[in-house]
Amino acid sequence: MRGGRYRSEGGGRVKRTPLHDEHVALGARMVEFAGWSMPVQYDGIVNEHLRVRRAAGLFDVSHMGELEVSGPDAEACLARLLANDVRRLAPGRAQYSLIPNASGGVVDDVIVYRLEPERFMICLNAANADKDVAWIEGHAEGDCEIRDVSDDRALLALQGPAAGSILADLCPQADGLARFGCCHAQVGGADILVARTGYTGEDGFELFVRPEHAVALWRTLLASQGGAAAGAIGLGARDTLRLEAALPLYGHELDEDISPFEAGLAWVVKLDREHMVGYASLREASERPSRRLVGLEVSGGIARQGCSVLASGTEIGMVTSGSYCPAIEKAVALALVASDGSCSDLAVEVRGKGRPATATDIPFYVRQASTT
Amino acid sequence: MEFPNNLLYTKTHEWVRTEEDGSVVMGITDYAQDELGDIVFVELPAVSDEPVTKEDPFGVVESVKAASDFYAPVTGRVTEVNDELPNSPEVVNQDPYGDGWMVRMAADSKDELEELMSAKDYEEMVSDLS
Repeated sequence: MRGGRYRSEGGGRVKRTPLHDEHVALGARMVEFAGWSMPVQYDGIVNEHLRVRRAAGLFDVSHMGELEVSGPDAEACLARLLANDVRRLAPGRAQYSLIPNASGGVVDDVIVYRLEPERFMICLNAANADKDVAWIEGHAEGDCEIRDVSDDRALLALQGPAAGSILADLCPQADGLARFGCCHAQVGGADILVARTGYTGEDGFELFVRPEHAVALWRTLLASQGGAAAGAIGLGARDTLRLEAALPLYGHELDEDISPFEAGLAWVVKLDREHMVGYASLREASERPSRRLVGLEVSGGIARQGCSVLASGTEIGMVTSGSYCPAIEKAVALALVASDGSCSDLAVEVRGKGRPATATDIPFYVRQASTT
Repeated sequence: MEFPNNLLYTKTHEWVRTEEDGSVVMGITDYAQDELGDIVFVELPAVSDEPVTKEDPFGVVESVKAASDFYAPVTGRVTEVNDELPNSPEVVNQDPYGDGWMVRMAADSKDELEELMSAKDYEEMVSDLS
């Protein structure tokens, strides 16, 4: 037995979240991810995945970056820099968006929160945070202030069908939040920003809190409803949950050279602003995307990023993400394939052998409708 | 974590047991299954008269996060594989030294077995890894 995809924590200048000691005390396996020491699993990825699908799970995602943009021209500035239309975003609402580059690729995918009419927060992928801050500072125009507040924010995500009832007990303000709504609230004396957003395909919340209050909030959420409601979930299950829900991961389904129109994210890009960065390239890409994202079920092996996809023996593209998904109990993959070819007689090349694959609808998993 | 004394061990985290009939049974160690995490796919070699050479990769275990080859612990032929594993790969996590066995081999010679590690030596090796 050899190998393993994550590096173990190698010391050096690896950053720690305010919850690092909590993870160690819970027996988490810590790995280095994007320069951070993060829990990849506690009691096992399959158990953790199913806990989120059936009850609730709590994630430490404090490695993610946060940027605030405020001032009279904040809206106009972000309308130029973000592909979704931030002008349609009311205060107290959040929006999934993309930072396009000049050539129609993507600098990062983000969530934008409109905290006040002239104040926005953008949540950034950890691996891209420094790049994003430099990009936004370099391209911003007008009267607005840009502030990297990553060091002042821990981020916890509470996800799963039981998330609503857990948070309602602790934080009445959260109970009435609509999907993609956000508001300031208090839990146990700490001010938090709570948003009904997530990255699992379940109902749930993301809770921004000052670092000094993160441990108390973490413990309160894990102890809620007698301690049986929510368990800690690592980055391993975060990845399988998002894959099962076919949510894109930067560096896999998105990067500087993949257009949002290829990645199945046409709905995000509002081509109503000619002054938007990347407008001409995005407009062109919208008319004839050369690739498209497809879902595959794979048998006889597990396809991973970089595996070739073949149709009737001819290579038509590459796997962007693949794993075994515990709730649907299938090995699946997302793949970018040529948009003009057929998808019949599909196979994925895993370790030099063609494994049969079938195209399937994405998302692979859709949660049951609930009343919230 | 368990390292039974009646088994021999490789540097690549396979265990080996010599049966009364002289055949050699192998699997992956408790340490290996724990490092991999939830095992969701096992690819076994074919039963064949073709010889396999010690340290050749001859199968794959995949967890949710990673794929990992396993290696022939001795030179010989594959005479039987654990047909239950493709349908229940989780057995490797649950019982790595028992129902999670992988391959039975006819070893060409007993000499190679003497090059493998004792439980004590293997345990020392993995304690240095963590």
